[in-house]
Amino acid sequence: MKKLIAMLLALVMVLGLVACGAQDTPATDAPKSDDTTAATNAPKATGKVYWLNFKPESDEALQELAAMYKEETGVEVKVVTAASGTYNETLTAEMDKGANAPTMFVVGNAAAAETWGEYCLDLTGTPIANELNTDAYNLYDEDGKLCSIGYCFECYGIIVNTALLEKAGYARDYITNFATLKEVAEDVHARAAELGFDAFAAADMDASSSWRFTGHMINMEYYYESVDAPEKWEVCPAELTGKYMDNFRNLYDLMINNSLTPAAELANGGHDAQNQFISGKAMFYPQGSWEWGNGLEPGGMKAEDLTMIPYYGGVAGEENTGLNNGTENCWAINSEASEEDQKATMDFMVWLVTNPEASAKAVASFGAMPYKSAVTSTNPFLAISNDYAAAGKANMWWATNYQPNVDAYRAAVVSALNTYNADPTDANWEQVETAFIAGWAVQYQAAKG
Amino acid sequence: MISRSVQKTFPLFLLPTVAAFCIGFVWPFLHGLFLSFTKFKTTSKWTWVGIENYLKAFADESFRYSFGYTAMYAIVSVVLINVLAFTIAYFLTQKIRGANLFRTVFFMPNLIGGIVLGYIWSMIFDGFLGAYGKSILTDTTWGFWGLVILMCWQQVGYMMIIYIAGLQAVPEDMLEAARIDGATSTQTLFKVTIPNVMPSITICTFLSITNAFKLFDQNLALTGGLPYIINPDGTSVHTTEMLALNIYNTFYGQSSNSRGVAQAKAVLFFILVAALGLMQLKFTRDKEVQQ
Repeated sequence: MKKLIAMLLALVMVLGLVACGAQDTPATDAPKSDDTTAATNAPKATGKVYWLNFKPESDEALQELAAMYKEETGVEVKVVTAASGTYNETLTAEMDKGANAPTMFVVGNAAAAETWGEYCLDLTGTPIANELNTDAYNLYDEDGKLCSIGYCFECYGIIVNTALLEKAGYARDYITNFATLKEVAEDVHARAAELGFDAFAAADMDASSSWRFTGHMINMEYYYESVDAPEKWEVCPAELTGKYMDNFRNLYDLMINNSLTPAAELANGGHDAQNQFISGKAMFYPQGSWEWGNGLEPGGMKAEDLTMIPYYGGVAGEENTGLNNGTENCWAINSEASEEDQKATMDFMVWLVTNPEASAKAVASFGAMPYKSAVTSTNPFLAISNDYAAAGKANMWWATNYQPNVDAYRAAVVSALNTYNADPTDANWEQVETAFIAGWAVQYQAAKG
Repeated sequence: MISRSVQKTFPLFLLPTVAAFCIGFVWPFLHGLFLSFTKFKTTSKWTWVGIENYLKAFADESFRYSFGYTAMYAIVSVVLINVLAFTIAYFLTQKIRGANLFRTVFFMPNLIGGIVLGYIWSMIFDGFLGAYGKSILTDTTWGFWGLVILMCWQQVGYMMIIYIAGLQAVPEDMLEAARIDGATSTQTLFKVTIPNVMPSITICTFLSITNAFKLFDQNLALTGGLPYIINPDGTSVHTTEMLALNIYNTFYGQSSNSRGVAQAKAVLFFILVAALGLMQLKFTRDKEVQQ
C-alpha cells in the first residue's frame, strides 16, 4: 500500500514538473489571446498572420478583428500585445522564433528603423501602400527603403477643459499664444482656492508620464529648429542647435509653477494627472488624442467641454502653428517570413483598411487611419486638429521620432529634469539643456556604431 | 546503503530537474558564451567579431563605475545583513516568549518580490525625504543607503533562519563545559559558538555576496540608476546603477549595436561572481570546526 502511494506521488510530481517545464514563452501574451493555440498549428496553404501589437489599449478590438477575419476568410490571425513600454524587448524575443516570428510588427521611429530595418519588407508600390491617402506617416531607412507605413495617426498638445476656462472668466478661444496662456495659467493658479480648480495637472516624471515632456513637449523645440533648417531634418540630424530651449523652458516653467502639485514632488510620480483633469481639479492637461477613448470619454467628460491648444513657448509667429500631428504606430511586414505569410499579411492589412465594418472598429480603437477607404474618426481632438489645418496653421510634425537611442536619451533628460524640479536654478537648467542638446549628439554617435 | 527500489527509480526522479536545468541554464549559458564573441541584433543572426566585445566592455567607463559601486554595496550589505541576522538569531535562540512569532515576522519580508519591494520602498523613502525637500531619485547617497536598508529588511529574515538552525546545532556539552570553566558569555560566543556555527556563516556569506552582486529587480525599481550626472559633453554617469542593470541597459538601451558587448559583460560578470563565491567558500570552509 505504501509503495503504491509512493509511486503515485512520484508520478504526479514528474507530470507536474514536465508540464510546467520547458515551454519557451518569453513574450508576454495578451490576457485574452484565444487565437494563440489555434495559430501555432501547422500553417495552411493560405499562409498565416502574426501581429505583434504595440498599442495595449487596442488589444480587445484587435482580437475581435482577428476573429472576424478568420470567419470571413479562414486565415489565422494571431494578435499578441506587448506590455506597455516593453515592445522592443518583446519583439527581440519573438523575432528569434524563425517560422513563428511576427509577420506584422511596429517600426515607429528612427531608432526602431535602425534596429529593425533589415527585417522590413520594402513596401513601395505594394497594395497596402497604395491604399494610403498621405505620405506623411511613411518611415524610410537610410537607404530610402520604405520600412513601415502609418496605420493610425494622432495629435498631441495641451488639452483644455473649456468649461473651467469659461468659469474662470475667459472666452473659449482666448488663448492664442504664450502671452495669453501665461496670463490665464498664472491667474487661475493665483485664484485656485477661490475657483476650486488649478491651472496645470501634475507633471509627473515617472515612467508612465515622463514621455509627455521628454518626447512630446520637447517636440516644440525640435519643430522650430526644423523650420529654420528643413534640409537638415530630412534624415536624423547628427546634432541640434538648441536655439529654442529658452522657449521650451518658458512653457515648462509655466507648467510646473502653476500646477496642482508642487514641483519638488514630481520625481516619483503617482499623482494621477488624468484623474486630476477628469475630476475637474485642473484645467490644462498636456496629452494626446488617444486620451479621448483612453480615459476622458469613459470618465464622463463631454466633447464640447474639451479643446486642445498647441504648445506655445513665446516663439515669434507661433499663432500660426497648429497641433502636433504624427504617429509612432507604423506597421511593417517581416521580410524573412515566407512569401505565403507575407501575402496573407498584406491581404489582412488591405482588408482592415477597406472593409467598412473592420475599419470602423479599427478607427474606433486607434483613432484616424490615413487610408482612402477607411471610415473617418469621431475623435474630437482630431477634428480640432483638422480645424487648425483648415485655418492654415502649420502642423508641428513629430520631429521627436528622430530621437536617437530614445530610451537612453530620455532617461538622461528625466534625471536632469528631476534635479531641476527639485531646485529650479539656472545652473540646473544648463544640465537639462546639456542632456537634450549634447545628449542628442552623444546618442547619435552611439547608435551609429 | 541505497535500497533497491531507489536504485531503480532514481533516474525517473532526477530527469525532470536535470532536463529543466539543461534547458533553462546550461544551453542558454553556452549559447550566450558563444554570442559574446559575435555582433548580433537577434540571437539567430550573428557575425563573428572575436574578442572585440571584451575589449569594448573593459573600455566602457560605465561598466567600471558599476563594478566599483556594486563592490561597495556588496561589502556594506554583506557585513550588515550577516551581523544583524546573527544577532537576531542569537537572541531568538534564547528562551524568550514569542520566539516563534518573532521568527515568522522577521522572515516575512523575504516573501515579497523584488520589483514590488523596490517600488513601495521608493514611495516610503520619498514620503520621508520629501519633508526635507529631497528625493531618493535626486540624491545618490540616499539611493545607496536606501538600497542597503531595503535589502537588509528583505534578507535579514532569510539569513536569520539559517543562523538559527546553525545555532541550534551547537553541541550542548561544549557550552556546558565552557560554563563550568567559567567563560563569560562574550567568550563563549566568540570562542565556542561562532566556530561551531561556521558552516552557517559560510552559507550565509556566500548567499549574501552573490545576491549583492546579482541584484537587479530592487535596483531597477528603487532608483533605476538615477540620478545621472550629466557631463558637459552630453555623456552621463548613472550613479546608482549596479552591474546587472548596466548589462541590461547596454543590451536594450543602445539601439541594438551593443548587444554583443552586453553579452561579453555578462560573461565577465559570471566569471567575477563565480570567482568571488568560490574564494569566499574556500576561506570560510577552512575555518570550520570538525564535529
